[in-house]
Amino acid sequence: MRKPARILLGHGGGGRLTHELVGDLFLPAFANPVLATLSDSALLPELPPGRPAFTTDAFVVDPPVFPGGDLGYLAVCGTVNDLAMAGARPLWLSLAMILEEGLEMALLETFVAGARRAAAEAGVAIVAGDTKVVPRGKGDRAYAVTSGVGVVPPGRELGDHLIRPGDAVLMSGSLGEHGAAIMAARHSLGGPALASDVAPLAGLVEALLGCGAAVRALHDPTRGGVATTCNEVARRSGLRMVLEESALPVSGGVASVCELLGLDPLYVACEGRLVAWVARDAAGQAVEALRGHPLGEGAARIGSVEEGDPHAAPLALRTAYGTLRPLDVLAGAELPRIC
Amino acid sequence: MRPGAYGDPAAVQALAARIRRAAERLPRPVTFMEVCGTHTHAIAAAGLRRLLPANVRLISGPGCPVCVTPVGYVDTAEALARRPRTLVCTFGDLMRVPSSRASLERVQAETGAVRVVYSPRDAVLLARDDPGQTVVFLGIGFETTVPTVAAALAEAEAAGVGNFLVLSGHKVMPPPLRALAADPEVRLHGLLCPGHVSVIIGARAYRFLPAEFALGCAVVGFAPTDVLRGVLALVEQAVAGRPAVANLYGRVVSDDGNRTAWALVERFFEPAGAVWRGLGEIAGSGLALRPQWRARDASRLGVEVGDAVEPAGCRCGEVLKGVIDPPACPLFATACDPGTPVGACMVSSEGTCAAWYRHERLAVSPARGEGGGA
Repeated sequence: MRKPARILLGHGGGGRLTHELVGDLFLPAFANPVLATLSDSALLPELPPGRPAFTTDAFVVDPPVFPGGDLGYLAVCGTVNDLAMAGARPLWLSLAMILEEGLEMALLETFVAGARRAAAEAGVAIVAGDTKVVPRGKGDRAYAVTSGVGVVPPGRELGDHLIRPGDAVLMSGSLGEHGAAIMAARHSLGGPALASDVAPLAGLVEALLGCGAAVRALHDPTRGGVATTCNEVARRSGLRMVLEESALPVSGGVASVCELLGLDPLYVACEGRLVAWVARDAAGQAVEALRGHPLGEGAARIGSVEEGDPHAAPLALRTAYGTLRPLDVLAGAELPRIC
Repeated sequence: MRPGAYGDPAAVQALAARIRRAAERLPRPVTFMEVCGTHTHAIAAAGLRRLLPANVRLISGPGCPVCVTPVGYVDTAEALARRPRTLVCTFGDLMRVPSSRASLERVQAETGAVRVVYSPRDAVLLARDDPGQTVVFLGIGFETTVPTVAAALAEAEAAGVGNFLVLSGHKVMPPPLRALAADPEVRLHGLLCPGHVSVIIGARAYRFLPAEFALGCAVVGFAPTDVLRGVLALVEQAVAGRPAVANLYGRVVSDDGNRTAWALVERFFEPAGAVWRGLGEIAGSGLALRPQWRARDASRLGVEVGDAVEPAGCRCGEVLKGVIDPPACPLFATACDPGTPVGACMVSSEGTCAAWYRHERLAVSPARGEGGGA
């Protein structure tokens, strides 16, 4: 009998269809000796020296295939990046998928190929997985959950508590490419120039940390974008951050989509960018280190850290006109304006 | 992020300097009001208030369509969303507006019968694809927005989509401007007229303001230089004591407006009385569906709606009239913020309170002595 072209409830039932899916699709894609044993738990080798880091993330992106990436690629990058932002070298990931009955098999193959590509780029192994199928209409095509383990090498320390007044705020590339590409795809806007920035950042982080600059903290500005990330860091550290509007890298495509939809690029998600806090004296060196890596070509210094001030907004933007305006946290989902 | 040609920093600073020089000759401090949510947002986002001298104050009037929509309208929308086989489609701004009892966001979580759309046309397509369902579009907005709703109605007519209805909360600008100009509580010296609305109604529509109320008018666009040129024109009019209508947005605004668009509006809508939050009922300030389109009028579906309950302590009404700035409201940034808005002015990013909360609150650092807001 020919293989089904769509996901059936049976693919999640643990029987023959499940075995076929695992054996024909997942195992060959993620080929590694730990996964190949198909035991109940992945038995991992000894950890390298350092502190273990562990994280998890869920992905429900709509549409699940978008310019620049797909659900599988995004799911692996997201967890790799969360580990990398803690200074950890990512090692092992799990991937669980919740599929809606009727999902085209070709789409699932796209996700698996995307996850495989991201894992290869990041140098991680997908060592555990699970697949469940929900009845048609009970889910939106496919969701993915990844968890990951990495190790922070001895002597490496990053954290918001290390940020000091005078430090520089750096951004590894342009703002909002992921969110804008998703919104454009959802509303059939935009041209070929608009693509998600989604990418695994472990290599970029190693390049930055390896350059010798005093790096205090790293964050990836995903949901809520750069303004939300900087707000959280400002609140946690008790310091004030001022971003320079004229220094913010924003592409023409992102600016257009944001203007059309009434969004602010500072609040639009990135999936392949990082914000770095570094000592002021090391800012130039750190920007050069970022620019030397293919994922950091658009790196720029975007702001600086000041003493905390209870009477001032924790995060402010110096506009092109020299005026300061506070950048607040988003109140909920960013809603489009009506006119 | 580089500003476009109309936001060139050198041009902005030069205009600000000209305003400061011109304002030295003002006999008394002046207050100018803008009446467009996009102006509210643009002024706050660029921090323009902090470029103006102390004797030129900019305030926001009833220019945000969400903010002036009465609670009873949202109550009706919620009742429609609870009606069997009915889908309510809305612009996103309305979702979090507090109603008497809940909000559309909460009713959506409960019923799944509220959908955010980006265009009224999307609602027509939803209606076409499910003929067994009544699709109600929440028509709010001023002259700028109404033509798109009229176009959706025309499309539904042409395509025979009978299950597309509109709950009209549409409003027009000149009547409330007249009411504000005549209100002794509101002391204004000039108006920044709404650029987008003016594209439709034309600059001519404001002539009664200088003629009958000696109120200066500047029709302006939305880039920082646009707004500042308008402020400069109003200051110069105030200095000279010669109020007039200055059309500074001539690149898109004509004297007569867009007659084609307005003809489409008049095919479906006729003037009606309307309630404005904070301003009350104003004759001829609303647009209702004409009687021949009663089958498309969702207000005739006869849903049960209880008495509208205005939130206690909320001073949105005075904010909308420009009588107080948002921080003067006791709820501002305490009980009322964008996450849990009490009044409508805090919901839409075009709302005066939301714009203040986002852009003006904590804008200054007293320790550094940066200039204050308006």
